[in-house]
Amino acid sequence: MATQQTRALGKLAVSPSVFALFMWMIVPLAMTIYFSFLRYNLLDPNPICSLLSPGALLDAENRCLAGITNYSYFLTDPAFFKAMGNSLKLVGWVLAISVVGGTLLALLLDQAFYGRGFVRIMMIAPFLVMPTVSALVWKNMMMNPVSGFLAYLFKLVGLQPIDWFAHAPMTAVVLMVAWQWVPFATLILLTSLQSLDEEQKEAAEMDGTPPLSYFWYIVLPHLIRPMTVVILIETIFLLNVFAEIYVTGTAGRAGNLPFLVYQYGLIANDIGGASAGGIIAVILANIVAFFLMRMIGKNLDA
Amino acid sequence: MGTISLIKARKAFGDAVIIPGADLDIKDGEFVVFVGPSGCGKSTLLRMIAGLEDLTSGAIHIDGKDMTNEAPSKRGLSMVFQSYALYPHMSVRGNISFGLKMAGLPKAEIDAKVAKAASTLNLTEYLDRKPRQLSGGQRQRVAIGRAIVRNPEGFLFDEPLSNLDAALRVNMRLEIMQMHKDLGATMIYVTHDQVEAMTMADRIVVLNRGVIEQVGSPLELYNRPDSLFVAGFIGSPKMNLIQGSEAKKFDATTIGIRPEHLAISEKAGTWTAKIRLAEHLGADTFLHVDAGPCGMMTVRAEGEYDATADAKIFLTPEPSRIHRFDKDGKAIRK
Repeated sequence: MATQQTRALGKLAVSPSVFALFMWMIVPLAMTIYFSFLRYNLLDPNPICSLLSPGALLDAENRCLAGITNYSYFLTDPAFFKAMGNSLKLVGWVLAISVVGGTLLALLLDQAFYGRGFVRIMMIAPFLVMPTVSALVWKNMMMNPVSGFLAYLFKLVGLQPIDWFAHAPMTAVVLMVAWQWVPFATLILLTSLQSLDEEQKEAAEMDGTPPLSYFWYIVLPHLIRPMTVVILIETIFLLNVFAEIYVTGTAGRAGNLPFLVYQYGLIANDIGGASAGGIIAVILANIVAFFLMRMIGKNLDA
Repeated sequence: MGTISLIKARKAFGDAVIIPGADLDIKDGEFVVFVGPSGCGKSTLLRMIAGLEDLTSGAIHIDGKDMTNEAPSKRGLSMVFQSYALYPHMSVRGNISFGLKMAGLPKAEIDAKVAKAASTLNLTEYLDRKPRQLSGGQRQRVAIGRAIVRNPEGFLFDEPLSNLDAALRVNMRLEIMQMHKDLGATMIYVTHDQVEAMTMADRIVVLNRGVIEQVGSPLELYNRPDSLFVAGFIGSPKMNLIQGSEAKKFDATTIGIRPEHLAISEKAGTWTAKIRLAEHLGADTFLHVDAGPCGMMTVRAEGEYDATADAKIFLTPEPSRIHRFDKDGKAIRK
């Protein structure tokens, strides 16, 4: 890429894929923005307000254009604040569990023991299970208050089994989602642990570092960067959790923002409102990502 | 005080024997260099003394006490690693003081010790920097500082200079020697560079495949190598080793003569040789010659020797400087 000519040629060569990717992103986003300003409900007996009839936008009474009504309605809906709170709670708890749990598991798997290779592979398994499947398994086999495994364990030690989805729906969802994401954190942190310089370990040994101090002063600072990566990536995915809430029917108390958008769009059939909600969710996610990047991004520079 | 003794120290990983059994006594305040080619077990031996490797059998006594199963930090030894092994997220101060902090010393005492170490090593103005902001030589100094503050009985150096460029290496070599003089502590230094070994050591331990071939002062090893291996390893350029009929004349399987112990003449001498290549170093000229039945040889000529390729010269060895070896590679002494 030395000369101007090769640079120009290079740009020309990548332009088709850049164009395809750009369209891939921009068309759905543009359509969502477009819908969010429409009075567009699938139950409307006279559904003229849709993408398929742009002429309707120009009719005299202008019934289709909603202005910012969809947005103001969504933002003032009490369900919105509850959903946002649930979103934050879910993300926060799962992050805490997966970073702490992931660190502990990574430390464990870094030790030499018989069958370590097998355990490591099994460790990743939850991450590969589809969220819908995992939710079904948890719902029917683990957390069922009568026949579930957890209920069996509770009864074994003489405790009253919990009806998870009725009495602790948020905890149940957090547990399920954390079960899926702890392996991811473990995997990233384990690779990082293994890159810890062997001579540094030995230097610490020569310095007479007790195990806890060793973890605190040598290992933890080494893990800060991969931890920020885990937090960044998980946050992006955890803001979109849907299947676990849908499958277990815990939306009433654990419903998050994506679920609220779903309720607007596919239960209330309010395409305009759902689109507005979707755009709001995108904006909020971007704000979170921005602050996250600002806060921990400087860890990644060094 | 810092005496270190190895008693039949053996190291094996399963069937692979690294050190078959080493016996060595190191006196207090001595500067001992372990030298040998890569993979000869010199680093393993050092790590066994440090306590970073367990012994398969045998014992290590430090300061007269059996330390074979003692933790590394309890042995009163400090180690300087090849990669320096500085803690990357700690400042220079943090790195130097870490061991003291772990030992639970009061903060005032730590500060005083760090300040003293930093000033002897010219690190005072870098105390608040991170290792990555330092040059190679400075990092090396921090690693040494970390070793010094613990006030150990002995220092262990594992090829500490191999990551430095040539000029800096000579400087650090002198500084380490000066440090040894000032502190008077026992030092064990591992290197594969025989020049470092010759210049720094009170005593050199030559290792070959885990076996101690010979222990002695640099000049002892130079003048009276016990084996073919030591003869070939110590000295630069290498000793010329001659086998066959020429060696037979001296009642030996192999004879060795150093390049600097061959007299050159253009008229007459013991062996005739043809000049193939000449290396001009200014002070010396090394001639690579084809000496017929003796094979290729290296000869040192003092000063600037005007060598023409394929010129015929005569070589005469100094009789007292001829080393004779039997068929097992052991030296034959009169």
